[in-house]
Amino acid sequence: MDYVPAIARWLHLMAGVMWIGLLYYFNFVQVVALKAAAADNTGAGITKHVAPLALFYFRWAALVTWLAGAALLGGNFVAAFTLHANFAIIGIGAWLGTIMLLNVWGLIWPNQKKILGLKPATDEEKNKARRIAFLASRTNTMLSIPMLFFMAAGAHSAIYGF
Amino acid sequence: MKNPLDSLWGTVISGLVLTIVLYFVAQKLVVQVIA
Repeated sequence: MDYVPAIARWLHLMAGVMWIGLLYYFNFVQVVALKAAAADNTGAGITKHVAPLALFYFRWAALVTWLAGAALLGGNFVAAFTLHANFAIIGIGAWLGTIMLLNVWGLIWPNQKKILGLKPATDEEKNKARRIAFLASRTNTMLSIPMLFFMAAGAHSAIYGF
Repeated sequence: MKNPLDSLWGTVISGLVLTIVLYFVAQKLVVQVIA
């Protein structure tokens, strides 16, 4: 058994399930629930207790997924990111995952800190942050669809017709 | 025009369309390598 790629693949899958699972939770459940909760003022429990914890695991799982993926690519890292030779399929998946990671740490988390009151912000700044975080999260949901396709196709290219 | 990302269905359909587009891009890249 080759320990490094085996453990990296295992970690990549576990952290990836947590990352994308929480991304789908935010988009398919929390956004819809908060809209309903706004009507009867019951959203405080979600924003105070659920969202910060979910965001904690979300952003760190994103980083662990990317690092484990990079370890898995190993010496083929550059070939994948330059879409070179036999690494074009996994390379597209890797690029999509990288854009998603940058969205998490560069747009979603900094704006969520303002929304959740972890960073001081005026009401106007909070409204702007809410829109940016929402669109970044929706962008990641959209990108997750081809990203998962190319991750699966990278490991099983013959099944996918490549 | 409405932003498709404002609705869940718009987001999912955009993701599926992007998958199809990238599939053909990837096929071209793979063919280039073989050729």
